[in-house]
Amino acid sequence: MSDLFNVTSSPHVRGRDDTQRIMLYVIISLLPATVFGIVNFGIKALILVLVTVASAVASEWIYCKIVKKKSTIGDLSAVVTGLLLALNLPSSLPWWVAVIGSAFAIIIVKELYGGLGQNFMNPALGARCFLLISFAGLMTDFSDYPGFADTFGGATPLATIKNGGSVDTMRMILGNIPGTIGETSMIALIIGAIFLILMGVIDLRIPGTYIVTFAVFALIFGGHGFDVQYLISEIAGGGLILGAFFMATDYVTSPITPMGKIVFGICLGILTGIFRIFGAGAEGVSYAIIFSNLLVPLIEKATIPRAFGVKREKSKKGGDGE
Amino acid sequence: MGLRTFKGGIHPYDGKELSKSKPIKELLPEGELVFPLSQHIGAPATPIVSVGDGVLKGQKIADANGFVSSPVFSSVSGTVKAIEPRRTTTGDMVNSIIIESDGNFMEAGFTETEDVTKLSKDEIIGKIRDAGVVGMGGAGFPTHVKLSPKDPDKIDYIIANCAECEPYLTSDYRRMIEQPEKLVEGMKIILLLFPNATGCFGIEDNKPDCIERLTELTKDEPRMKVVPLMTKYPQGGERQLIHAVTGRDINSKMLPADAGCIVDNVETIVAIYNAVKLGKPLTNRIFTVTGDAVSDPRNFYISIGTNYRQLLDAAGGLKTDAKKLVAGGPMMGFALFGLDVPTTKTTSALLCMSKDEASAFEPTACINCGRCVEACPENLIPSRLSDFSKNGQKEEFERWYGLECVECGSCSYGCPARRPLAQAIKTMKKQILADKRKKK
Repeated sequence: MSDLFNVTSSPHVRGRDDTQRIMLYVIISLLPATVFGIVNFGIKALILVLVTVASAVASEWIYCKIVKKKSTIGDLSAVVTGLLLALNLPSSLPWWVAVIGSAFAIIIVKELYGGLGQNFMNPALGARCFLLISFAGLMTDFSDYPGFADTFGGATPLATIKNGGSVDTMRMILGNIPGTIGETSMIALIIGAIFLILMGVIDLRIPGTYIVTFAVFALIFGGHGFDVQYLISEIAGGGLILGAFFMATDYVTSPITPMGKIVFGICLGILTGIFRIFGAGAEGVSYAIIFSNLLVPLIEKATIPRAFGVKREKSKKGGDGE
Repeated sequence: MGLRTFKGGIHPYDGKELSKSKPIKELLPEGELVFPLSQHIGAPATPIVSVGDGVLKGQKIADANGFVSSPVFSSVSGTVKAIEPRRTTTGDMVNSIIIESDGNFMEAGFTETEDVTKLSKDEIIGKIRDAGVVGMGGAGFPTHVKLSPKDPDKIDYIIANCAECEPYLTSDYRRMIEQPEKLVEGMKIILLLFPNATGCFGIEDNKPDCIERLTELTKDEPRMKVVPLMTKYPQGGERQLIHAVTGRDINSKMLPADAGCIVDNVETIVAIYNAVKLGKPLTNRIFTVTGDAVSDPRNFYISIGTNYRQLLDAAGGLKTDAKKLVAGGPMMGFALFGLDVPTTKTTSALLCMSKDEASAFEPTACINCGRCVEACPENLIPSRLSDFSKNGQKEEFERWYGLECVECGSCSYGCPARRPLAQAIKTMKKQILADKRKKK
């Protein structure tokens, strides 16, 4: 028995979940959608997922080596970024484009701003938007779906709807539709989302307000009136479910204040509605999320919760640094 | 209807099974006992004995120095050996009276009160003050001050804090199981002071036997009721308890009395009973020695001033190497670097842990997950407050309500990046409060 014992400030016990475990939960929650995507799109999708994840982890490892920082790949956040990026890519994308995307996500969006916890934009979505602009043709080519031409007349469900057509609801819910690798199956994504909610990783504040706000917006401005078929297509036919439950809820780039999460969800819903309904393209989720990411500091400042037992403040003191 | 509770909080491993079934055993101290003159909030007591004096058990050895202060009594008979600074559980050196026990435990005479209902309010408060009763849950606020609010008629709730929400601690539990009558009698005395108040025993639902016993004992007491509470840390925090029992909210600038409440913990109420009914000063308390590194976890009836080493020996010593010793519970207790410190009026446990989780993990980057926000019972954003603390941003810290922190540690407990959030916030709070005192 040594003479001196450890002395630290209280508390002297810690909970079970650490960062690595939370990231592992996120990876597990994405597996149903990943597996479905591979079944849906074939071996090419599997290879693209593996390449994207591996290059994301490698980018982080190499960056840490170059700047002589302790490697942080153990926290699994690079795996999450790589996997999310892969799920946002069309299966026909050449592998080297995916590698560029991973490197951009990890090095430019995440590490250059200080690494995990410091980036102001979701790395996977930042990279996706970068690729969308740089490789527009490759990134929007969804023809790699078995039965693409005959079933859908050569368009994604959202594009079909935008052009006045309609898509079978059941197929969209199950996911037998063209799209990016991970976005097509609403069922698989919802299974993952329920897992995340049960494990206490996310709650419904952001995805719930996001989807509801978007639905209301589409109802009012969509030009279809109260058309259930249209609403379901808008919600299930594109990247909304993947975006709402797995990307918008990204801790680092969403507000930490409980009320801020709700404001954030509303912003997302409105922006997605604007981009989808009034914009040129059929999709809008990715841009809505990265744009709303930029609003987070403002949202947080405006939604500082009043402490327990504190009534409304008498005056605005210290507003301008005293 | 769901169980009463508060928003936020955590569910740590409670460890109470180690010691909860162990009956209270009296432990007679040997050798030297140390009585710090500051075992309470307020001015330190002034010694009224000199080196070489003989003292009896229950004899006053230091007197209160002002209204917000409290006298100190010897818990043994013996000789005053020295009056000098000694290390206490918080790590501070505090001027203390050291008494060598003669092993006889000769008591000073105490006068029992036949009928406490015949005492005037001033007499009751006087007896409590003269017995050195302070809040024994940890804060050590002099009880006679707490019981003297500006307008006693406005107090409508006396809340007995029977939550014992700190993991591992079982002293209040044993008191409620073995001597609930004393608790009820103590409550009766407090109710004499507050004619409009109801006495509520707030007990977490992980102690169904206590809820049952006290419900049984108070069934013919129209002015008392038992309030079962959800088991959640920090349910026994003063503000959280008041909210759960009454639905009223107070903040750092208010006293419970501002919300019509007086809160006292189990041991304190028993001490009030001893003081007013039996005329006995505060010299003993229930104390738990527990933890996975202790051979035989136990609950003791100890003499205040007993050395921690003796308490650990009485529990069979350590069975494995202990990494960390804590005076109090794992959430808010103080880590000890050694055992040569005395028990005081406010210390309720010695926890010996074979693992030190607080230093086992390296803090990593904050991922903004918001678990600290969900856990905070005060509705704060601990991760931001911790950043403000690190960057010395005092105005921002106050604007985000940092001073409302109750230091419960729930944020650090839940942080997946293992960041010492509570520590950073406590540090900044201390600095700001010190600044404010200076300005005055």
